[in-house]
Amino acid sequence: MADTNTFDLRRYLKGGGHSFGVWAALVIVVLFGLMRYDNFGGAYNISSFLNYNAMFIVISVGMCFVILTGGIDLSVGSVAAFTSVVAAYLSPYGIQVALPGAVLAGLAIGGLNAFFVVAMRIPPFIATLATMLGAKGGALVISGAQTIAIDWESNFTKLGMEKAFGLLPWTIVITAVVVVALWIVLEFTSLGRTVLAVGGGEDATMMMGLGVARAKVFVYLLSGGCGGLAGVFLASGFGAGQPLEGVGWELSAIASVVVGGTLLTGGMGSVAATVAGALLLGLVFNILNFENGRGVISLSAYWQMVIRGGFLFAVILLQSQLTTRTRRAAE
Amino acid sequence: MTQALAQLQQRFDPSRHGALVALAVILLFNLAVTPNFLQAQTLFVNISQVATIAIVAMGMTLVIATGGIDLSVGAIMALAGALAPLIFLSDFATANPALGLLAAIVVPILVALCCGVFNGVLVTYLNVQPIVATLIFFISGRGLAQVLTNGNLQTFSNPSFSYLGTGKVLGLPFQGWLVLVIALVLFWVVTRSVFGRQLLAVGGNERAARLAGIPVNRVKIGAYVICAGLSGLAGLIVVAINSASDAARIGTLMELDAIAAAVVGGTLLQGGRAPIFGAILGAVIIQLVKYTLLANGIADEVALIAKAGIIIAAVYLQQARKE
Repeated sequence: MADTNTFDLRRYLKGGGHSFGVWAALVIVVLFGLMRYDNFGGAYNISSFLNYNAMFIVISVGMCFVILTGGIDLSVGSVAAFTSVVAAYLSPYGIQVALPGAVLAGLAIGGLNAFFVVAMRIPPFIATLATMLGAKGGALVISGAQTIAIDWESNFTKLGMEKAFGLLPWTIVITAVVVVALWIVLEFTSLGRTVLAVGGGEDATMMMGLGVARAKVFVYLLSGGCGGLAGVFLASGFGAGQPLEGVGWELSAIASVVVGGTLLTGGMGSVAATVAGALLLGLVFNILNFENGRGVISLSAYWQMVIRGGFLFAVILLQSQLTTRTRRAAE
Repeated sequence: MTQALAQLQQRFDPSRHGALVALAVILLFNLAVTPNFLQAQTLFVNISQVATIAIVAMGMTLVIATGGIDLSVGAIMALAGALAPLIFLSDFATANPALGLLAAIVVPILVALCCGVFNGVLVTYLNVQPIVATLIFFISGRGLAQVLTNGNLQTFSNPSFSYLGTGKVLGLPFQGWLVLVIALVLFWVVTRSVFGRQLLAVGGNERAARLAGIPVNRVKIGAYVICAGLSGLAGLIVVAINSASDAARIGTLMELDAIAAAVVGGTLLQGGRAPIFGAILGAVIIQLVKYTLLANGIADEVALIAKAGIIIAAVYLQQARKE
């Protein structure tokens, strides 16, 4: 995976043949929505859709980095729940304190993951499972298992409600900045290339003298920080710290990453395709809402999960076809 | 001499040994601190609660022994648990109670077994990683259960079905005996049957097993099917205990409890070992920790943190032994 520094858009979009499907599917679903529903392309729908999905996009991108190294982070949902409570407690001091505070809390849990995985050599699946339980417990302890209302007098509420430059809510702007920054890190920095190399082959990367441990610590810290940011969005979106939220988020994030064509074994994948995957999974719900609104069918919210599962299944089928074909071609 | 030493080392396997020590510590702590610990009621409560964890953990142990993992156990519990009342509350079952009861037990377990086949086929023939393959049912299985029941809580009073969760044999909860029977059968399967030896071979070194002519795919699918079937059974027991079925709540976070129990019991995550009684030991430890904290007035959420500590400690011990 030792890529050159030149950037080839065509090769990038193909993503080694794995992420092409997600872009095609995204285009098809958006076109379907635009043609079928009047307000689908309206400013309100786009803004509220992105606003709601911002937290899922952020944790999916963090998860993407972890998976690229061949690891996994199951703790992100609990981290978001924990940090949403932290953000709510800090909200009286304003967004300038609450946001960094919550992200720091997320980084701390990410650091714990990194310690377990890198220093104690505990398999990532188990290490992050433990911090998932621990963070969930921590969220319930510090909140007394209650939702913690944010301070409505402070500027914390501006995050989700006020529009940056009169265009889009701050939540979306921050998410976009984070996504672009991480895309640059992965594609153009030596740290990002090391992350990819670690997933491609850890021993080989080590022998090349690249900083394997540093890359691993980075991805778990990053994922924790992303979870922290998602917690801030969660608190601002619901107007309260939500210690009970975040259940199953890690699996949605993994699904987004997988739908985006990233291999779970690591070494191959992209930030952009992960965002596309997260958007696609979110759109399933959005379309379902519109379809219910038309009154032709009436699918309960429970169908959302079934459809998402079916979606994941379809993508996995497609991916496994592709991988077997490329493997055969390689042989 | 070295062989004897190796044998001795194997017998005092620190992960297993550690679990037993942990159990002893918890029991002694309870005897000293927890009020009314030495009462029959305590035993009943713990046995009836640990049974579902133990049943699922044994299935999980088999899956992990092949080097896999099954995240869908909780969702499959919900699916089976939602189906059973639907069947025995139907018109057909009210007309033929005996047949209805049989169907209410057999059909959900059959459905669960089908889920296991689905998981297994994805993992083997389509070469999907176990985490992803079982993620499908983790996400959609509970949704399916909620679609079936429209998200409603189903309450019922059906003494013969409830026997699964509230019955007593020789003074002890029925599901406790069930655990014992399943454990004995699975122990025999793992240590004595061809399937069991093949299972461990696949987990130990899949490539070698394949070259040795072991039907790797069939063995793996078998493990997922058994795990799913046991999850279905556990779902039925949970519903029977509560005399109510809430698809949103049956078996939530069970995958974590089951994995934790298996790991604490000495199952290696890389595969190749399937300590069935270890899984039960792990389940008992997790249940007792939960009970100890609860009985001493410490909130449920602290129990989560304690569980996290146990998992890390257990795997760290395994890891230390390997190196």
